[in-house]
Amino acid sequence: MATVETTKHLHEFLPALRGDPLTVKASTVAEAVREVERIAPGFTYYICDERGCLRTHVNIFVGQERILDRTRLSDPVGDDSRILIMQALSGG
Amino acid sequence: MRALVGTRKGTFFIEKQGGRWTPRLAGHAGVGVNFVARDPHTGTLWAALGHGHWGAKLSRSLDDGASWSDASQIKYPAGARYLAPPDPDPNADEESMKKGPTLRDATLLKLWVIAFGGPGQIHVGTIPGGLFSSHDGGEHFELNLALWNHESRGGDLFSGPGSGVTHWFGTPASEGEFAAGIHSISVDPRDPACMLVAVSTAGVLATRDGGKTWRGQNQGMLNDYLPDPAAEWGHDPHFVTHCAAEPEHVWQQNHSGVFYSPDGARTWRKVSRPEQGVHFGFPVAVDEQDGKTAWLVPGKSDMQRTTIDGKLFVARTRDAGESWEDLRNGLPQENAYDVVYRHALANSARCLAFGTTTGNLYLSEDAGDSWLSVASNLPPIYSVRFG
Repeated sequence: MATVETTKHLHEFLPALRGDPLTVKASTVAEAVREVERIAPGFTYYICDERGCLRTHVNIFVGQERILDRTRLSDPVGDDSRILIMQALSGG
Repeated sequence: MRALVGTRKGTFFIEKQGGRWTPRLAGHAGVGVNFVARDPHTGTLWAALGHGHWGAKLSRSLDDGASWSDASQIKYPAGARYLAPPDPDPNADEESMKKGPTLRDATLLKLWVIAFGGPGQIHVGTIPGGLFSSHDGGEHFELNLALWNHESRGGDLFSGPGSGVTHWFGTPASEGEFAAGIHSISVDPRDPACMLVAVSTAGVLATRDGGKTWRGQNQGMLNDYLPDPAAEWGHDPHFVTHCAAEPEHVWQQNHSGVFYSPDGARTWRKVSRPEQGVHFGFPVAVDEQDGKTAWLVPGKSDMQRTTIDGKLFVARTRDAGESWEDLRNGLPQENAYDVVYRHALANSARCLAFGTTTGNLYLSEDAGDSWLSVASNLPPIYSVRFG
């Protein structure tokens, strides 16, 4: 089972995410996001737009690597992957 | 009496307590709030949020602001597209450089304005150029397809390329892409099937059948930035609203001046007085009873967009724009560079309030004759509504 950790910023709007990391059964990032949506309805629309693309100012890492596919979130996830979902540092 | 204030960093209430108007943070701390308003039928408070990272969200409070939660979310349906000018591309070949507007998938960039019709009817104006309506008190919202597919923006783009021509341009108020937006929704209180919407930068459109059909309502409008000043489309209303008791009196603060319509927006006439500074600005408010009485907060030209000579004033007409008075009593008359956004001026009975980009909030209890400074260190103010 992969684990998903989300920025605490999201816990404010989606209390069901509190107490993560969550464990999910997923082979891609998209599947992991769908699993988290089940736990915290509305989660997907916070991190993706209505076409399913990752929002500009959101980052997802699998392990140490930032995902490559921001359109379909098809990056692979392993059984022991740690998925981090956070607000992107957009400069300032 | 209470003013609901949307700011760049949260929702504030301005309430009169012990004879004094006092501001307080009332929700959405740290979140951009483009618009806050109260549904007069249910008392539910609605807020249009713009999260920096997490997109635009609709929020509501069922307990008068004690708590807020996400409402049903507004999303463009699959296949919703709009025409946009192609991005400049130095590597483009000659053929593609001649291409006209390109089709873009619509995703929600901004929730801009909220309006209430008959019981259960809530309308939300968005960027890119959407009117979303609910007929069940906000449980579900649907994109108005007749307006989305209007011939002025290229026709039905769900099923094909449409005409390939759009007369709807963009607004820098969009967050991200340069796209057109609906910032004004004016519902006729006598018949909520009659509505006006105003679009930056296209113009005003009206429906008289509950949104099934729409037509442009820009006769008499003049612009000063297109080859044809009287073009049917391409006008830049900044805000449009009507008189509650006399809805045929419609007012428009436009990029190119102040316009008034005595006939429900069928015809417009320019009522600017540039020599008095009454020309450029964003908001306009109309008296609830007298359609010939209106207030503006003028700014200095589209090139500067500040107060005129560092002095903040409100302009009032009582004769449909034939003449204007400067109202300055209680407003700063030196070193004031406040800008007032389109939704940040409101009135209710003899009360008026406006908020500025520099976090100042001014309120009048005598129809603008005198003003109180109610708050001076709020975040930049996006909207003020009584409710």
